[in-house]
Amino acid sequence: MTANMRTLLLFAGMALLIVLEGSTTFLGIFGGSWNSALFILTFGLLSAIMSLGVNMQWGYAGLFNVGVVGFVALGGLAPVLIATQPVSEVWTSAGAYRLLLALLVGAAIIGLAITLNHRLRGRGRVIALLVTLVAGFFIFRAIFDPAVEVIEAFQPATYSNIGGLGLPVLLAWPVGALFAAGAAWMIGKTALGLRSDYLAIATLGIAEIIVSVLKNEDWLARGVKLVHSIPRPVPREIDLQADPGFVDFAARFGTDPVTASTILVKLLYALLFLAVLLVLIFAMEMALKSPWGRMMRAIRDNEVAAEAMGKNVTGRHLQIFILGSAVCGLAGAMMVTMDSLHNPSTYNPLRFTFLIWVMVIVGGSGNNWGAMLGGLLISFLWVKVEVWGPAALNFLTSGLDPDSPLRQHLQDSAAHMRLLTMGLVLLLVLRFSPRGLIPEK
Amino acid sequence: MDLLNAIVALLNFVVIPATAYGAQLALGALGVTLIYGILRFSNFAHGDTMAFGTAMVILFTWLFQSMGIHLGPLPTALLALPFGIAATAALVLGTDRAVYRFYRKQKAAPVILVIVSMGVMFVMNGVTRFIIGVGEIRFDDGARFVINAGEFKKSTGLAEGLAFRSTQALTIVTAILVVAALFWFLNRTRTGKSMRAYSDNEDLALLSGISPEKVVAVTWTISAALAVIAGTLYGLDKSFKAFNYFQLLLPIFASAIVGGLGSPLGAIAGGFVVAFSEVSITYAWKKVATYVLPESLAPDGLMQLLSTDYKFAVSFAILIIVLLFKPTGLFKGKSV
Repeated sequence: MTANMRTLLLFAGMALLIVLEGSTTFLGIFGGSWNSALFILTFGLLSAIMSLGVNMQWGYAGLFNVGVVGFVALGGLAPVLIATQPVSEVWTSAGAYRLLLALLVGAAIIGLAITLNHRLRGRGRVIALLVTLVAGFFIFRAIFDPAVEVIEAFQPATYSNIGGLGLPVLLAWPVGALFAAGAAWMIGKTALGLRSDYLAIATLGIAEIIVSVLKNEDWLARGVKLVHSIPRPVPREIDLQADPGFVDFAARFGTDPVTASTILVKLLYALLFLAVLLVLIFAMEMALKSPWGRMMRAIRDNEVAAEAMGKNVTGRHLQIFILGSAVCGLAGAMMVTMDSLHNPSTYNPLRFTFLIWVMVIVGGSGNNWGAMLGGLLISFLWVKVEVWGPAALNFLTSGLDPDSPLRQHLQDSAAHMRLLTMGLVLLLVLRFSPRGLIPEK
Repeated sequence: MDLLNAIVALLNFVVIPATAYGAQLALGALGVTLIYGILRFSNFAHGDTMAFGTAMVILFTWLFQSMGIHLGPLPTALLALPFGIAATAALVLGTDRAVYRFYRKQKAAPVILVIVSMGVMFVMNGVTRFIIGVGEIRFDDGARFVINAGEFKKSTGLAEGLAFRSTQALTIVTAILVVAALFWFLNRTRTGKSMRAYSDNEDLALLSGISPEKVVAVTWTISAALAVIAGTLYGLDKSFKAFNYFQLLLPIFASAIVGGLGSPLGAIAGGFVVAFSEVSITYAWKKVATYVLPESLAPDGLMQLLSTDYKFAVSFAILIIVLLFKPTGLFKGKSV
């Protein structure tokens, strides 16, 4: 069996799983609802894009990024800042303009510190840096704090933020990628070139900080108070249900308009995401076949030799780290657009960092199709284990008295089955099939 | 008088909490640094080992409490500690046998081991949540205070109260005892010396007849014990919540790297550096400043540099500063 046959078969199997989820309830294994099937599909496509990003970093270059959740969250900020309507009331010289000034001053101070760090030597450098940063911090806070107070005081129940630009939401996707790329540039500049564990810990840290900024800075995107009804690129379900033409259309298929509208919307998102995913994979496959791709693999397989051949290893690492993080940011922007809800409390590192890693490893690191398959398959399992776990425990504990505390406890804890399952899947694949389902050629 | 009040407030809100927190971080970072020195990878599962161990200690605490066994003024958890350590050491040794040993035999790259430890982290996280749930659990009992704020005010006549909780005292005393025992073990016993030899030069250690499997097993056991002690002290001092332990990973790694990965002395210093920076940067200094400064200079704001929501940003900033300017850490850890 050739490698291509194997890939085709695996993808056909994945498609079959999703079709079965939509069409049958065989023994309670599948949901039997197209809504659920399409939910898994959109979820899977988004995860597949994230795992493509991680696969670029890990599979092409061997960079260990455990801050995926941070880059996803940063990308998710873009739909809020681009697509929602501006809150014009706070765009005054005491409010948002002052805030922008504060951010510019902050950037200038950091720029100055970096220049001083390059220009000076010895003890003078340390003192100059300390003075610049400490004084700069207080200057920044003096401009920043009053502006934040003004903005957050404006109608806290609905706004308390600066709003967005009111531009089309699709524009937010590349912007989300840019946000993530910016953060990746900063972290890459500091931690790349050191040993691999350090990059891991640095990315873990930056992700924590990005998520806590999103949770606490209400002026930016209302923090945990959520931003609702971000504009969407596809029609809303309610509008469809009110449209007589659509009701007729649904009746012809013999479904009620509510189900038909939710399915149609999910289907449109799935098509949109699939288009993005295929464009990305095409671009990445082309890049991998080009001299650039060969250079990346050469660097990954032997850094010392590549450096001896005159390749700029740290520079290339920085490049691929930025590109991979940008892809994660893109996925974040797409996810928030689909939910049309910005909720930073959902950014859990276990879900958005470590699960993506499971996808890459299971799918086959270094292979884009593998990463995509891993994304779809693990998403399917992630959603389904939540259903299967309690059912399995119910079956296993059926011998116990229904009121026994042990049985109660086990059934209450069943929700945690999926962490356990994902960990086991990762360990088993690493041990017995370390190259994944679709190995690198 | 004002100066005394300022000192008491400083002790109460900064020095005591930061010392207790620093001791907990130092114990956690010692575990990370030992694993790094001997097995040569960053163990991402360490936070969840702490969570699992603490969960075990809580279960044994409940068992003893239901049997009516108490330690008087001390928390019952101290009695449960050895049992928790035994259970965790068994789990960790089992994990080493089932998971890590395979990669060690293969001489896999450190980064592969880090990914493997991520898988172990997932499993341990799941097991802990499965056993004890995700809720917040308080399991301290016994005396609440060594020094009570109200009584302190009455007996000294100061406006500021000084509270010294027994869990904080316990943390500091336990940490000192554990660290002393660890250093005695590493520097005076044959096994400890062979561990240090193995860490310095693996090939030379193997040549001189040191059994690698024994060294590895001892390292895992010690690191598990340190993790359980650190986790239990943290849980007694604050409260137990599985996810918080996962989040402790960042300050613990920051401590280990600041001190120099692989250097036990560095891990302790790093723990206190991180804890004191975190507490003093997120503390609202208004109270202390009002006592010290003349009335005309009294501050209007809280004088808080960063809100406590950003305490992880402090460990991160320290980490970045060390990585940029002194990547081997304060105490010259393993090479970069």
